[in-house]
Amino acid sequence: MLHAFIGPVMRKEVRQIRRDTRSLVFMILIPAFLLVVFGFALNFDVKHVPLAIVDLEGSRLSRELAEKFRTTEYFEVKATLDRTGDIDDLMAREKIKAALVIPATFSEDLLAGRSPSVQFLLDGANAMSGTTAAGYAASILQSYSQRTTLEALERRGAGGMTLPLATEVRVWYNPELKSARFLLPGLMAFILMVILTTSTAFSIVREKERGTMEQLAVSPLPAAALIVGKLVPYVVISLASAHLVLGLGWVLFGVGIKGNYFLLLLGMVLFLVAGLGQGILISAITRTQQVAFLLSVLTTILPTFILSGFVFPIRNMPTVIQLVTYFVPARYFLVVLRSIILKGAGLPAFWGQMLLLAGFAGSTLALSVALLRTGDGRERRRAGRDA
Amino acid sequence: MRAILSILRKEFLQLRRDPKLFPVIFISPILQLLLLGYAANLDVKNIPSVVCDMDRSAASRGLIDEYLNSGYFSVAARVERMDEVDRYLDNGRAAMAFIIPRGFGDDVAAGRRASIMLIADGSESQSATIGVNYGAMIAARHNQKIILERFERARGLGLKPVLVKAEVRVWYNPELRSRNFMVPGVLGLILMIMTTVLASIGIVREREAGTMEQLIVTPIRPYQLIVGKLLPFAIIGLIDAIFVIAVARGWFGVPVRGSVPLLFALCLAFMLNTLGVGLFVSTISRTQQQAMLTSLFFIMPQIMLSGFVFPIENMPKFFQAVTTIVPLRYFFIIIRGIMLKGAGWRHLWPQAAALMVLGTLILTLSVARFQKKLD
Repeated sequence: MLHAFIGPVMRKEVRQIRRDTRSLVFMILIPAFLLVVFGFALNFDVKHVPLAIVDLEGSRLSRELAEKFRTTEYFEVKATLDRTGDIDDLMAREKIKAALVIPATFSEDLLAGRSPSVQFLLDGANAMSGTTAAGYAASILQSYSQRTTLEALERRGAGGMTLPLATEVRVWYNPELKSARFLLPGLMAFILMVILTTSTAFSIVREKERGTMEQLAVSPLPAAALIVGKLVPYVVISLASAHLVLGLGWVLFGVGIKGNYFLLLLGMVLFLVAGLGQGILISAITRTQQVAFLLSVLTTILPTFILSGFVFPIRNMPTVIQLVTYFVPARYFLVVLRSIILKGAGLPAFWGQMLLLAGFAGSTLALSVALLRTGDGRERRRAGRDA
Repeated sequence: MRAILSILRKEFLQLRRDPKLFPVIFISPILQLLLLGYAANLDVKNIPSVVCDMDRSAASRGLIDEYLNSGYFSVAARVERMDEVDRYLDNGRAAMAFIIPRGFGDDVAAGRRASIMLIADGSESQSATIGVNYGAMIAARHNQKIILERFERARGLGLKPVLVKAEVRVWYNPELRSRNFMVPGVLGLILMIMTTVLASIGIVREREAGTMEQLIVTPIRPYQLIVGKLLPFAIIGLIDAIFVIAVARGWFGVPVRGSVPLLFALCLAFMLNTLGVGLFVSTISRTQQQAMLTSLFFIMPQIMLSGFVFPIENMPKFFQAVTTIVPLRYFFIIIRGIMLKGAGWRHLWPQAAALMVLGTLILTLSVARFQKKLD
């Protein structure tokens, strides 16, 4: 009974989508375009932190230490100053983000066996790159100290001392710590989510605004058929778009699929329906396209960016906010993507996420149907009265 | 002037007609700010780690304690065998692993080279970099300690370790709270999203509904029409800015160290750009859906290329050049400068000038296109 109605709704929707070629092209190509731009432009590395060096001593040893900061790729020396007073201005203009101040007593302390201290001034506005830059500075100083200690020992006749500890660092899933691998799953989830929700956000509200909703309401069309019929063409479009994104990730950034493609496909379909469902729900509760658009942008761009675990680890968030993240479908998809694409993990690692994703998708659709049905009833009664 | 005022009145009447619009415009920014203010927490402390101590000697415990006491790592699990580590990293319950092989303590005691292994989950963005960095540093410090202990025992020379200490001073944001960085950022995003979207759709809707022709045949001049159309959105943007700054300051305690009037004046300069883009989008779109997708096309790259989360200095040179035409980039330096650094006109005039130039350009371009469409 239901499927008899879905066909005609689908055909109507497809016709409407085809009429607006630009929107169709945008829906398919924007994600790919953004992925390429962001994939090349962005990375999480904190390198080339703009640095000023203030060497108050100017001795051989102090220059040696400064040299250590010059030769690493983590810092880029933008200024060499004679006095600390100029740091203030450079930092306020964002010309530099850190400054190393070597005190006038540096080599004296060092040669006397006292531990000298240098100042490391940091623009803390960006906490993330700040923390990382402080870490880099600390490890450069640590290795400098270690070498100096070994040299001192050597001078006292304890040469040939090797380091007692060997640390073997291994990075799994992404051995070279390549940014593209960090970023790609997050970018995919983010870009797709925004486009998905906005593409269906208009589907119902447009009919309301144009008055064609009443025509649909007086027809014997069940609300569920309307929703499913409107949804299916968009699932197909966005599936194409998602594959384009995956393909580009592979061709341009070398991020292939390590795990099972069919599991990925399943996860993708669930995520697409969830994103599209959120759009339909927004469409069902709003009255004008303007509000529908604002809502879909506001509920996707920032929340997906920040609450999905893409940029900020969810485990660091307060409990209440962690609960809110359960309403961000990208959160689940991100785990699925990272597990399958990067880790090559199997279903046991993410079946819970798949279930929750399905739950989110199902409930947005069910809620839209329910809302439409009650709204329908009202419209229908009104239509009956008018007749 | 009167013509502009009457359009202004008409616009507000029209905006009020959808009862859901005002809550969305004024309450959602605050909600977003609250959510994001709490969520934006990058303090990479307590990275959950698996500890696999196969040696169980005093030496291995000592090293592990040093890791755990550093504050950067916390124990997610202690396991016995190497293959159990896999499970924890695979399902994301741990992001780091410390593995100390059997014989570690003996090696250290015998003066042989002892090895440990550090594994980081590379699929998790920053924690891996920071975790590896701090992990290696702690190992280096431990190294130095062992050398000196050994040396001490052997010779008794009483040589103290030379440690160049870093006295780290953090400016503007001493506790390194990510919130202080992100919350001002939200102001820029909200302003951009609200005004661009409202402007792009507001005008297309008129065209879609066919009322644009009615406006054209009235004696209102095109520039009056544009000013009357865009001004309400600028007012909405300013009100949002007031709300956001009030919540940022009152609720989250993000400082506003610079001049507030300067901040609002530069908000207006920024909105020249966002409204200009909105108007431009409306001149190249036929339906509201097109306007929406087209404005997303402008909004999303701006967010990512503005330095909101991803520092511009880390981008390839080509993209760094591209960011010079991203107004949001300048606005972020302005907001963060005024709020966190107490920067004034003296520091920020280059950014303000960039906003004015870019804004005038895009606005002129769109007005020109708009007039052509009117004819």
